[in-house]
Order: sequence, then structure tokens, then C-alpha cells
Amino acid sequence: MQGSPEFTTLRGLWRHMARNKLGLVGLGMLVLAVLTAVFAPAIAPYDPYAPVKITIDDIYAAPSQTHLLGTDDAGKDVLSNFVYGSRVSLIVGFFASFISIFIGGLIGIVAGFYGGWTETILMRFTDIMLVIPDLPLAVVLVALTKPSLLNIIFVIGIIGWTGTARLVRSQTLSVKERKFVLRARAIGAGRPYIVRRHILPMVLPLMVANTVLVISLAILEESTLSFLGLSDPTVVSWGQMLNYAFTRGAMSAGAWWALVPPGFGIVWVVLGCTLLGHGMEQVLNPRLETHHLAVGKGMVARRKETAAQ
Amino acid sequence: MSMAAAASNRKADWSQTGLKMSGGRESAPLLLDVRNVTVEFVSPGNPPARAVEDVSFTLREGEMLGLVGESGCGKTTLMLSLLRLLPAAGRIVSGEIRYLGHDLLDLSESEMEDVRWKDISMIFQGAMNALNPVRTIGDQIREAILRHNSLPPREAINDRVRALLEMVGISPDRKDQYPHQYSGGMRQRAMIAMALSCNPQVLIADEPTTALDVMVQAQILELLDTLRHNLGLAVILVTHDLGVVAEICDSVLVMYGGVTAEYTGVDTVFNDPQHPYTRQLLAAFPDLSRSKEALRSIPGYPPRLDDLPPGCRFAPRCDLAFDRCHIEKPVLHRLGEFHQASCHLVEP
Repeated sequence: MQGSPEFTTLRGLWRHMARNKLGLVGLGMLVLAVLTAVFAPAIAPYDPYAPVKITIDDIYAAPSQTHLLGTDDAGKDVLSNFVYGSRVSLIVGFFASFISIFIGGLIGIVAGFYGGWTETILMRFTDIMLVIPDLPLAVVLVALTKPSLLNIIFVIGIIGWTGTARLVRSQTLSVKERKFVLRARAIGAGRPYIVRRHILPMVLPLMVANTVLVISLAILEESTLSFLGLSDPTVVSWGQMLNYAFTRGAMSAGAWWALVPPGFGIVWVVLGCTLLGHGMEQVLNPRLETHHLAVGKGMVARRKETAAQ
Repeated sequence: MSMAAAASNRKADWSQTGLKMSGGRESAPLLLDVRNVTVEFVSPGNPPARAVEDVSFTLREGEMLGLVGESGCGKTTLMLSLLRLLPAAGRIVSGEIRYLGHDLLDLSESEMEDVRWKDISMIFQGAMNALNPVRTIGDQIREAILRHNSLPPREAINDRVRALLEMVGISPDRKDQYPHQYSGGMRQRAMIAMALSCNPQVLIADEPTTALDVMVQAQILELLDTLRHNLGLAVILVTHDLGVVAEICDSVLVMYGGVTAEYTGVDTVFNDPQHPYTRQLLAAFPDLSRSKEALRSIPGYPPRLDDLPPGCRFAPRCDLAFDRCHIEKPVLHRLGEFHQASCHLVEP
């Protein structure tokens, strides 16, 4: 991939992003989710961690004036749970994807730049990781360790780096063949220096775009794990809300309000990430951009001109 | 023609140690002594391809050597071997590259890193690609200075960068701009500034004017010539352009298919070329005084490295070739004090 120079700086990336409507929509959705998570105590009408005294009528109570989205199986306010749940999803999403990007980026750059045996070993290891199904591995790892927030972040992080490693390796392979790398070697620069000052700046924008996509995968993974009951029981998360609603009779009680909000939250955040990520990819990957093949207005006018002659 | 006249007042003289230059440079110290260098490219499953075979030349302080030959004849490979920067598949299988008496091939990789740029630097073919698009020009010049000087004060580096840019005719205020903000000629000049940043003794200019228009080309060459006289640089100029060679070079190495075709002083090349390839190259050069004449070219293509002819590499395209040329490789014959050619026809 050899984007024109302005694509390859982060500032250039933003300039082109600003013209990508779907990408901006995704960014807006993400910003909204982050704001919700940050200001959860101010937004949520109740504190989901506060003990409540409930009667039988409070279980799966329909949406009403006091509970805008009804209550769940424990008689707690669904809206409050939903707002607080965004915190877990986003924290896990961001931190797990940082771990993934770090591992994947490191392996990709080292494999791509050093080549030879190093590359063979690292990439075969990546392939092995790639063919192990993510979910069973995550289930096993989380079950073996304690299902705390930190463990979940760590497990999702060390599972999701394979795609990044391959992407970064291929970009590194193309960058390292470029003339300025040869020039840097001619200057007398050592390999670590070349990686740091010449390869990394060219790979970084791609990694940023990839991060966004990895975040959505991590969030999905976290929700799945929680839905399967492998969540930290002390914190509310969307997956856990779905799990409780699903296993504790929300379906038979007809309590759609216990199922829809967490599902909506997951879709919202994942969709936001995907839109933003693909928007960034479109800007960064010139192969996806085919405008040079399109017939512009200018060409049509010129054709008329020649026809007139 | 004036290109031959300009060269003829220089007296070339060959001695055992190398060539001696006229114009007060007879005693100029020998910088680079390349002896019988052979480079091979290995690929699994194929026999190694000889990109450069048995090439020797010398370079003295202040000398400008023209390296001439068609595309793919091993010019760039030979130059990259001098810096030991061949691609992973390339091997220098034999020969010596003596810089100030020391064989560069004996150095360890970290010792070699110290030689690069500080002693021998290089202007790369195609300046746009040789500059990192996401870093400023000044930053990239600074890079080399920092590599070879231990912790110079910030001010000193900035002054040096400004001075270097000024020397090549670029406003020092543009040091914080990116390569894409420079024009083609400016990038090439920035490359030269970069190449000079550590005061090298030997400068390899690999087709520094390719893809530039004639005016800019003239500026760049003039700049190189001036710098050579002012700084006492020895320059190896890799080029296709014989006119450029006639104008500013002292000696010429003509390569064909990885071997030395002819190596001599610039006046001999233009007045008394001996190798048929050199003659045909000169004949292919358009002559203004006979503008009506059709352009002449050498028929055929340069040989492929994996399919070299068994005898002389030029034989299939040579108009003077006879039986022996197709069977036996010619050796490099000494023809004069400073004149070598590899052709059966010049056998003494």
C-alpha cells in the first residue's frame, strides 16, 4: 500500500475523514456512548448498585413514569442498568483492544522487518492462534482465571491480536522495501532506529484504523462472555443484563424491555466502531478508492467539445 | 567536438598504483581502490546470477569518475556493494574494496555503519522515494548528523542544516517542510545536502539527474562540480548521459552486462575508444553538426543475467564479433598508461 503522503499522517487522516459521512456518523455514535459512560451517575435515574426493597410487583414491571424502561428480574431500573452497563463494555473494549494492538503491532513489525526465521516462527504462531476458535478459548481462559474485569480484559486482549499482526506485517513488508529505508541504512542507522523512525510512522495510521475495528470485536466478545455467564458478577454489563433476562424468564414474562435495551446498546457501539473503522480504512486504503476510474463532469464536457468540432 | 576538446587538455597517466590526475592532482591521495569485485545474486533453485564480475577501479581525492552503461548492467549493484547495502539475495563473492588502505569487506557490520555516510555517502536514484514522506526535510538531514556525531548541541545541528540547505541553493526557512512540498529539483538538491551532511570523502551519485528536466539537470551537475572543487570530494557519477560525462568527469568506466568494457581517462574515451561497445555508445549519441542523420542505436538487448552468452557478453550485439568472441571470454587488456578494455580485437 503506497498512499499519497498526506494520507499517511494522522492530520491528513482527519482531513479526509471529515469528508467521509458514514465514518462521521460512526464517530458521533461512539462519542455519544463514551459520554453516556463517563456521565453515567448523572444520567441514570437510579443507582444500580444501591440495595432496593422490592415487592412482587416490581419484578419485570412494565415501563412507567418511575421506571422509563421498566425493571428487571431483581426489580432494578433497566435504564440505569443500561447506562451503567455502557461503562463495562467501553472499558473492556478499549483496554482489551490496546493490548491486542500492542501485541499484534509488535509481532507484525518484528516479523515484517526482520524476516527470515523470526518471521517464519512469528507468523506460524499467528496462524495457530488464528485457527483456534476465539470463543471457546476465551471461555476456557476466563473460567480458569477468576472472571474479574481485569481478567476478562486480559483474555480478550491476548486473543484478538492475530488480524492486526497480519495487517501490520504486510504494511511493514511494503514500507521496508521503499527507498528511504535503504537511505536510512546508508546513513548508518541501525535496525531498531529504522523501525522506530521510519517504519512505525508509516504503519501507525493503519494501526489506528485497525484499533477501532478491534474495539468493536472486543466489545462483542465481552458481551458474549457475559451472556454465557462469564462476567464479573459485581458489575453491571450489557451482556450480563441479557444473560439474566434470558435465563430468568424475561421471555415468558413478555418483558421485552429487559432484552431490547442491552441488545440495542451493543449494536449501537459495535456499529459505531465499524462505521468509523471502515471510514478510516477507506481513507487509508487506496485500493478501496476508485474515484480515478469514475467519469467526472469535466470529461463529459470535453467529449461534447470534440463532438462539436 | 567540444566535449573531446575539453577533455583533451587533461593528461591522463597510468601507473601501478592507479591513475594520476593532471591539473595539480598527480599526488592526490588514493581514496578508494576497488579490486576484482564480483557480486552474485542467489535465489533458491537457480544457479547464482553474476550481476557484477571482476570489476576494478580507483578513485583519488577530487576525482570525478563517470560510470556508464545501459540499464541493468550492474552499475547500481556495484555502487551498493561499495556501501555493503546489497539486497538480501546479493553477495560480494570475491574482490577487495579498499578505502584508505582498509578493506571494507573485512569490517564488522557495526564498523561498516560508521563508515556509511561519514566516509562514503550516496545520492540515490529518484529523490522522492529516498525521502520519508512523513518527515520534514530538515529532520531527515539532522538524522544523519545525529547518527555520526555524539550529542552535538541543538543549535549547532540547526546551523549545520541551514548551512547545508543554503549550500545547495534551498532557502533554509524551508527546512521544516515535507518532501511533497518540494519540487523535483529541490528534492534532488535536498538529497545532495543530506549526502554532504557528514563531510564524506567519497560521494556516489546514482543517476542524480534522472527524471529531471534539462535545466534542473544542468543546475544539479554544476552544483556537484562546484562542491567537488570546493570540498575536495571524490565523486562517482552513475549516468547514461555521455554528454554529462564529457563535461565534468575525469575518468570513465564503461560497463556492459556486469563486466568492465573499457576503463580510461575521459579524453581517451571520446578520442580513441577501443571497445566496440564504447564506440557504438558514442555513435548512438546524437550529433548536432549532423542533424539530418537518423539516430543510431545498438540493436538487441543487454544480456539477461541468468542467460549469459558463453563468450564475450557483448558478442551477440557486436558488429565486429568473430568466432572466438562467441566462445572465449575476453580478458581485460592493458592498452596504454591508463587505458583498459576487454575485447579480443585489442589483444596486444
